[in-house]
Amino acid sequence: MSQPLLQVDQLVKNFEIHALKGARKVKRVVQAVSGVSFNVDKGHTLGIVGESGSGKTTVGRLIMQLLAPTSGTVTFEGKDLSTLKIEDMRLLRRRLQIVFQDPFASLDPKMTVGASIAEPLVVQKEPGNHSERVIELLELVGLSADHSRRFPHEFSGGQRQRVGIARALALNPSLIVLDEPVSALDVSIQAGVVNLFSDLQKRLGMSYVFIAHDLSVVRHIADQVAVMYLGKIMEIGPKEAVYQHPTHPYTVALLSAVPVPNPTVERSRQRIMLEGDVPSPVDPPSGCRFRTRCWKAAEICASEEPALQLRASGQSSACHFPE
Amino acid sequence: MATPVLSIRNLRVTFNTPLGELQAVRGVDLDIAPGELMGVVGESGSGKSVTFLAAMGLLPPRAKVTGSVILDGEELIGARPGRLRSIRGRLMSMIFQDPLSALNPVHRVGNQISEMLQSHQKISNKEAATRSVELLDLVGIPQPGDRAVQYPHEFSGGMRQRVVIAMAIANNPKVLIADEPTTALDVTVQAQILEVIQRVQEKFGTAVVLITHDLGVIARVAKQVNVMYAGRNIEKGFVDSLFDHSSHPYTRGLLNSLPRMGVDRLEPITGFPPNMLNPPTGCGFSPRCKFSRPECDVALPELRTFGDLQTACIRAEEIFAAGARTS
Repeated sequence: MSQPLLQVDQLVKNFEIHALKGARKVKRVVQAVSGVSFNVDKGHTLGIVGESGSGKTTVGRLIMQLLAPTSGTVTFEGKDLSTLKIEDMRLLRRRLQIVFQDPFASLDPKMTVGASIAEPLVVQKEPGNHSERVIELLELVGLSADHSRRFPHEFSGGQRQRVGIARALALNPSLIVLDEPVSALDVSIQAGVVNLFSDLQKRLGMSYVFIAHDLSVVRHIADQVAVMYLGKIMEIGPKEAVYQHPTHPYTVALLSAVPVPNPTVERSRQRIMLEGDVPSPVDPPSGCRFRTRCWKAAEICASEEPALQLRASGQSSACHFPE
Repeated sequence: MATPVLSIRNLRVTFNTPLGELQAVRGVDLDIAPGELMGVVGESGSGKSVTFLAAMGLLPPRAKVTGSVILDGEELIGARPGRLRSIRGRLMSMIFQDPLSALNPVHRVGNQISEMLQSHQKISNKEAATRSVELLDLVGIPQPGDRAVQYPHEFSGGMRQRVVIAMAIANNPKVLIADEPTTALDVTVQAQILEVIQRVQEKFGTAVVLITHDLGVIARVAKQVNVMYAGRNIEKGFVDSLFDHSSHPYTRGLLNSLPRMGVDRLEPITGFPPNMLNPPTGCGFSPRCKFSRPECDVALPELRTFGDLQTACIRAEEIFAAGARTS
């Protein structure tokens, strides 16, 4: 296979914050993303799962160049995005789009949805009849032509998310970052939007980076899965390997914490209860970042950070004592 | 079934809005046995929270509440505000999704629990302080003595929810209503909080109502389940029966829309919930239902018994006869 569509290499993002230490202001560094690498092939979906503070959303923003990385590179369609001139980046954005979590906040309430969907076409100075393209896009996402003159408040959450998807599709991107695209929706509505993502991918062949905290949705939609914890990838690989034979203790615990909608299964399940909360990314644990909550932690986990290693079931995980 | 500790009959709640009368709850009946953990499941706008806010007497004055809510033999609808104040926090407590807004940011958490104790019991400050630390220990907060003198902002989300649970159970209530208690929490922390709630239920025999939209959470902890849609309870019964052979098209639709192993294509429910300013005359789910017939739109279907479930659907026989849920 030729070069992957997207290559993320050793991506690091630190945010400087001003914290109070007594009455004094001190500079602290939040290590949101600490050396994350992965590839996304054409027409494939990478799911990124993790709890709050894992850095999954920051990774999405870094891919989009909405944030500048502290170090590391994002290579998209063979170009290193951080070296591009503003004008070249602007042109490349046609190929790289994002759908946000909150369909209420991501649409301008004063613009008709038709105008919102046409905006990328206007910004990119696309020739031709925009209104025809808008109607085509509305139909593509399961809405109808007469929706284009309405305003966002006239739509339900699920419909609004479809508008956001139509806008992201306007310029025929080859990669869409989906940042928690269905977590604000009720389950009966969510299923329709998840199906839409699958259909669009089959039809148009684009790739997705699907960021979510809901492991069952990611299992449904992704080909590859990356499990993040405190800014690092703990485990990454083919979906079935990660879900059926998790090798990192964090993945094991995370999968066991997710309630399964089946009372019989729930009663017979062995559950691993993690103690405490995710530590602060301002002062992450030394060595393996998961060791403070890990039941397998030993001395080496504090002194030496485990590297991602390929396991027999096909995925890589970063652990000194893999399952 | 033992005499229910909480019994709701024909509860109706309407809100007067500038656009007209919004019918949030339209005749809900339910019973909770002492010490039972009952799940209430429904999507946004189904009336699940409003039902229990009404039972607690916590709705704003513009809400019109009718029907009956009997807690331990006492009618709560129409009870004097003073009487309700004495019941809330003592016989029946409620916890919410966002623990931060349930705590006062400028008081130490120990004092907030003491306040809860002292509003209902005549005990000294010292006794209340000791009890507070015990309660923090009970809900699994490490070093409860040190933590009791800290402020809410010094606690993580999961720890705050534990503090709120400690407050809610301080006076050993008969009923604990938990409204989406884990929705704002990460999944590993959710597992911890569900365990605390189950521990309280088992240890003190507290009846727990767990309101959630997450069918996985229901499957994990509930024994009895109530499914709500458009302000009505449309199906109820044992959790296993409900997941295994529901006879209601909405419950089945909800289960089929969940992503699960071995399913390539999800089955969404088409359309969206009715506008409660002008709800359908007949079954609220009829406009989205693939089993719908003209007679569905004539009158509201009542709950009827099928096997060990109660289902409000006029075609439940056929759906029940069709056997276990497909896929």
